[in-house]
Amino acid sequence: MAEKVVITVLGKDRVGIVAEISGVLYQNNVNILDINQKILGEEIFAMIMLVDISLCKVSFAELKEKLEEKGQELGLKVMTQHEDIFKFMHRI
Amino acid sequence: MTLEFSSEEILETVEMIEVFNLDVRTVTMGINLQDCAHAEPKKAGEKIREKITRLAARLRQDAKDIELKYGIPIVNVRIAVTPIANLLNEASVDDLLYLAQVLDSAAAEVDIDFLGGYSALVQKGFTSAERALIDSIPHALSHTERICSSVNVASTKAGINMDAVYLMGKIVKETATLTADRDGIGCAKLVVFANAVEDNPFMAGAFHGPGEPEAVINVGVSGPGVIRNVLERMEGANLGEVAEAIKKAAFKITRVGEMVGRELSKRSGVTFGILDISLAPTPAVGDSVADILEKIGIGKVGGPGSTAALAMLNDAVKKGGAFASSYVGGLSGAFIPVSEDAGMVRAAAEGWLSLEKLEAMTAVCSLGLDMIAVPGDTTPETISAIIADEMAIGVINNKTTGVRIIPAPNKGPGEWVNFGGLLGKAPVLPLKDGAAERFIRRGGRIPAPLQGLNN
Repeated sequence: MAEKVVITVLGKDRVGIVAEISGVLYQNNVNILDINQKILGEEIFAMIMLVDISLCKVSFAELKEKLEEKGQELGLKVMTQHEDIFKFMHRI
Repeated sequence: MTLEFSSEEILETVEMIEVFNLDVRTVTMGINLQDCAHAEPKKAGEKIREKITRLAARLRQDAKDIELKYGIPIVNVRIAVTPIANLLNEASVDDLLYLAQVLDSAAAEVDIDFLGGYSALVQKGFTSAERALIDSIPHALSHTERICSSVNVASTKAGINMDAVYLMGKIVKETATLTADRDGIGCAKLVVFANAVEDNPFMAGAFHGPGEPEAVINVGVSGPGVIRNVLERMEGANLGEVAEAIKKAAFKITRVGEMVGRELSKRSGVTFGILDISLAPTPAVGDSVADILEKIGIGKVGGPGSTAALAMLNDAVKKGGAFASSYVGGLSGAFIPVSEDAGMVRAAAEGWLSLEKLEAMTAVCSLGLDMIAVPGDTTPETISAIIADEMAIGVINNKTTGVRIIPAPNKGPGEWVNFGGLLGKAPVLPLKDGAAERFIRRGGRIPAPLQGLNN
């Protein structure tokens, strides 16, 4: 059964953000279900991914850490959250 | 786009957490200790230690895992136990201090932030164990790290136990004196209550009431920063529209607490009791109830209009929160602790916020006179009289009120106390001292009001 997680990437736009983050997911066998990106205001980049981690090679905690490390490398904030927090907050 | 949520929804949640300090203030495990009662304090202590460390063994780790999974900070992990005075028949102060040490070391062993329930319910009178427990409070709070104490001295059904009110004035003073090296911090861990609730997850007043199950998870949410941000966009809106916006934000905040409570309950196998939909501030900039009131249009909190604005805020938070949770309980309302709220501190330092206005504000929100520093030379009788006034507000209005007051050792009006961390800092408020001795020394019990005769 799919275990869905939302990854939110925020920061200054630059070349290769999608590729770099997707790379981490690919290396760990995480399936991207959906992806959306937009530019907020002047040049704040926001990417939101819905992914399935049910076949992920590492634990949720490790994946989260790897994504945060990659974010730091790129000067971006990366948040990894189970989808339920959005369900609870925005769906009745 | 086929995401199950819009990007706006996801970014709103992320912004609440990252920018506006949305967090779960506390997950509190209530533990029944009635089966640990024993005539010999040592035996009782062994049972207490065993039960707490067994039931709460994974509490900290479960909370950490939930934080990680959802990216939502859980600020405090706490335990509330059966009021300790209820476990003993005959006990000396030394017996109780021994149990305080047992509780403190059990709390340290399971790595929780605070343990509440060093408590007595004496609204109608004292048992001998309750009297000993109250006498032991100053030493217990000055010789432990994590223990919190509360004493219920009044209720709408029983009236106000003025002997207990007088006693608590002295106990508060003594507690301040014994922790004088840290600005009287012991008093920050001591609440005097009217109509105390049995399922409150917040400190210092949490205890596991006699009507509660064997063990229970109660959750307290926070989120003043989120509400304040919503009001940024409400310039020019009328107060009905403002109330509506607060309701919607409170709903979202509360849902996060509901989710955390359910998940923690599932992981620990302990029943999810209640969600406390209080709006609890922290000293962090922007995480302030006072700032919300100022956004609503009160130029300076403590000035005219503050009580009405707070009443509206408190009600809107409850309406939004009640719809978001299956079981609402605890205190559930806006808190206005002075030292813990940067906006309150500012208003007090500028002279807008007085003890008298705070008292009026407590009639329309959660709890009462909370984290207020008064001059160190205030007499015990005046402390008792302040407690009596606040208890009367609770008893007559059929609500919980509390007093957490710090007579700041060796300090006078305008000087500052600084407790650090979530307890914050505050200026010492001036007060009118020394005129209520005859009233307080009468003692006895103020009878239950007509409001209590509702059967």
